Amino acid sequence: MRILVVEDDKDVAGFVVRGLKETGHVVDHADNGRDGLFMAASENFDAIILDRMLPGGIDGLKILETLRAQKNAVPVMILSALADVDERVKGLKAGGDDYLTKPFAFAELLARVEALGRRGKAEVTQTKLVVEDLELDLLSRQVRRAGQKIDLQPREFRLLEYLMRHAGQVVTRTMLLEGVWDYHFDPQTNVIDVHVSRLRQKVDKPFPVPLIHTVRYAGYMLRAEGAP
Amino acid sequence: MIEAGLFRSAGFRFGLVYAILLTISAAALAMFLWWFTAGLLDRQTASAIRADAQGLIERFDEGGIEGLVGTIEDRLAANVDDDAIYLLVDLNMNRVAGNLDTWPSIVDKPGEWQQFQVRRSGMRSLALVNRYELPDGYHLLVGRDVQVRVQLGNLLTDALIWAVAIVLAMATAGAVIVRSLFRRTVANVSATAAAIAAGDFAQRVKVSGRGDEFDQLAEVINDMLDRIGRLMDGVRQVSNAIAHDLRTPITRARGRLEEAARNAESNADLHAAIDRATIDLDDIVTVFQALLRIAEIEAGSRRASFRRVDVVTALEGVADLYGPVAEEKGVDLTVSYPQRLEINGDAALIQQAVANLVDNAVKFSPEQGVVKLAAAVEAHRIRITVTDQGPGIAEEDRSRATERFYRGDAARGTPGSGLGLALVQAVAYLHGGVLRLEDARPGLRATLELAHAEEGD
Repeated sequence: MRILVVEDDKDVAGFVVRGLKETGHVVDHADNGRDGLFMAASENFDAIILDRMLPGGIDGLKILETLRAQKNAVPVMILSALADVDERVKGLKAGGDDYLTKPFAFAELLARVEALGRRGKAEVTQTKLVVEDLELDLLSRQVRRAGQKIDLQPREFRLLEYLMRHAGQVVTRTMLLEGVWDYHFDPQTNVIDVHVSRLRQKVDKPFPVPLIHTVRYAGYMLRAEGAP
Repeated sequence: MIEAGLFRSAGFRFGLVYAILLTISAAALAMFLWWFTAGLLDRQTASAIRADAQGLIERFDEGGIEGLVGTIEDRLAANVDDDAIYLLVDLNMNRVAGNLDTWPSIVDKPGEWQQFQVRRSGMRSLALVNRYELPDGYHLLVGRDVQVRVQLGNLLTDALIWAVAIVLAMATAGAVIVRSLFRRTVANVSATAAAIAAGDFAQRVKVSGRGDEFDQLAEVINDMLDRIGRLMDGVRQVSNAIAHDLRTPITRARGRLEEAARNAESNADLHAAIDRATIDLDDIVTVFQALLRIAEIEAGSRRASFRRVDVVTALEGVADLYGPVAEEKGVDLTVSYPQRLEINGDAALIQQAVANLVDNAVKFSPEQGVVKLAAAVEAHRIRITVTDQGPGIAEEDRSRATERFYRGDAARGTPGSGLGLALVQAVAYLHGGVLRLEDARPGLRATLELAHAEEGD
């Protein structure tokens, strides 16, 4: 993916840019609002990581509003130290696709940006999700693996659907909480792990090859064996 | 400058308005009284004269001068009060009939009321007369002796003027009293405010106990001061908490890093230490975020985004999220709630509050224990209860359990920040509700009580 990072703090920017490059992305960096807006408007990116408070008279929200006014639909993730619900709402209203508060784990940032980049590509309305021998029919709400029917609770179905839509990508616990349960806070107990482990019991355990993998310090990934 | 200062005083203005209103109404009353007493007497006299004259003129038309003279003499004879005045003169102003000797020179035009001194039967008196012209050059004067009535009228007028004057004096005195009352009441509030401004936060506005408007004001101000006090306590608590409870994990992370830098013998050791320190830092951030969230809720700004929400949806979500966790622990999570329970509030916060309660209940439940999540309406209040069979909270600790970072003896050694119940309480307050912790024998029953939004609210 080609990603633009607009962030004025040298250390944070360096850490993000290096991390993204290491995971195989092409990264451009702007350290002020003016350059950021210019680059975002004149070049094609798969995703933009945008700090909210920037020097140079143009802050993150202003860049975002300008881009959206120009009908530029590039996926934008806002990065901010402002964690209030109101601030989050403001960022999303201005046209942001995701909002991540500082401090953050790089794994979280990476997982979210990759999810955003994927979303940017035309998401055809699918009726069936397929990974290896696992099939999920969105219309009949049935799941089969190797031709065998698997009975899932409604919430397990949505969890599996989320994982399959992001197949090959890391999804963090926070992303699952937000995407499947619409929870925007951190439960103290690791409830997500329990849900995933129950899903595994049904989807992976009876079969020789596991599809749902735990990614250390990050979250989970559903992928075909042998796929990167 | 003193005048300007006086007008700027609200007490003076209230006093002045009181005085002016009182004087105006007293004057209006006096005028009304005068109109219906002294004024009525005058009007009655005038209309009696007019009727009298009308009768005499008609008599002259019918019976000529003889008839008129006869009528005048009849009327004088029949006048018991002896207050009628008549005088009929000819062309040369010579008296023809009547009880006046000479035509008074002041009465020179017809149709004009005249009042003048007369001497009748040796007594000075006051006459009100009018002049009427008759054919053949005769002039007729008809009037009444009004001495007594005028005296009565003057008496009444004097009394009313005095009454207004007395009212004016009383109004002034009243104004002074109103002003000083006003001042004293305001002084109560302003003395309290001044004391608080000077730093004595324990001061409260005195309530007289009369339950009047000033008492209501005092109560509102006192409520406000209590709320400010609570907020200030919160701030103090947070700074204490940061001092104590955040220093510990920070020290731990710092120590781990420092030790690794000094003693790590392999790359693997170093990585392990860094990973642990990162986890420590993440915990610190989690605590920070929870603290900020509680502060955000307590600030009350989220009340602006309140809308009608269904509590049951939130409960279902929580039950769905925690069901598998409970099952894993061998805990039975049972639910009971109606189809719909609406409140005016913030769905996400209600959900988080309930999630915290259920999280605690599952965490402290013994194996094979039961956790009950229930909701019901009772007297316009929604009661959401979470009951467990765990160790509960000792009676003496219950009030402190909702303080930030407070952790009961049973909670030591379990994961958690000690902020869960503080958040639930903040959410309850935000929604105008309360959080109650009770003994469920055994275990703890946490009740979140919120105002029910009924149909048509």
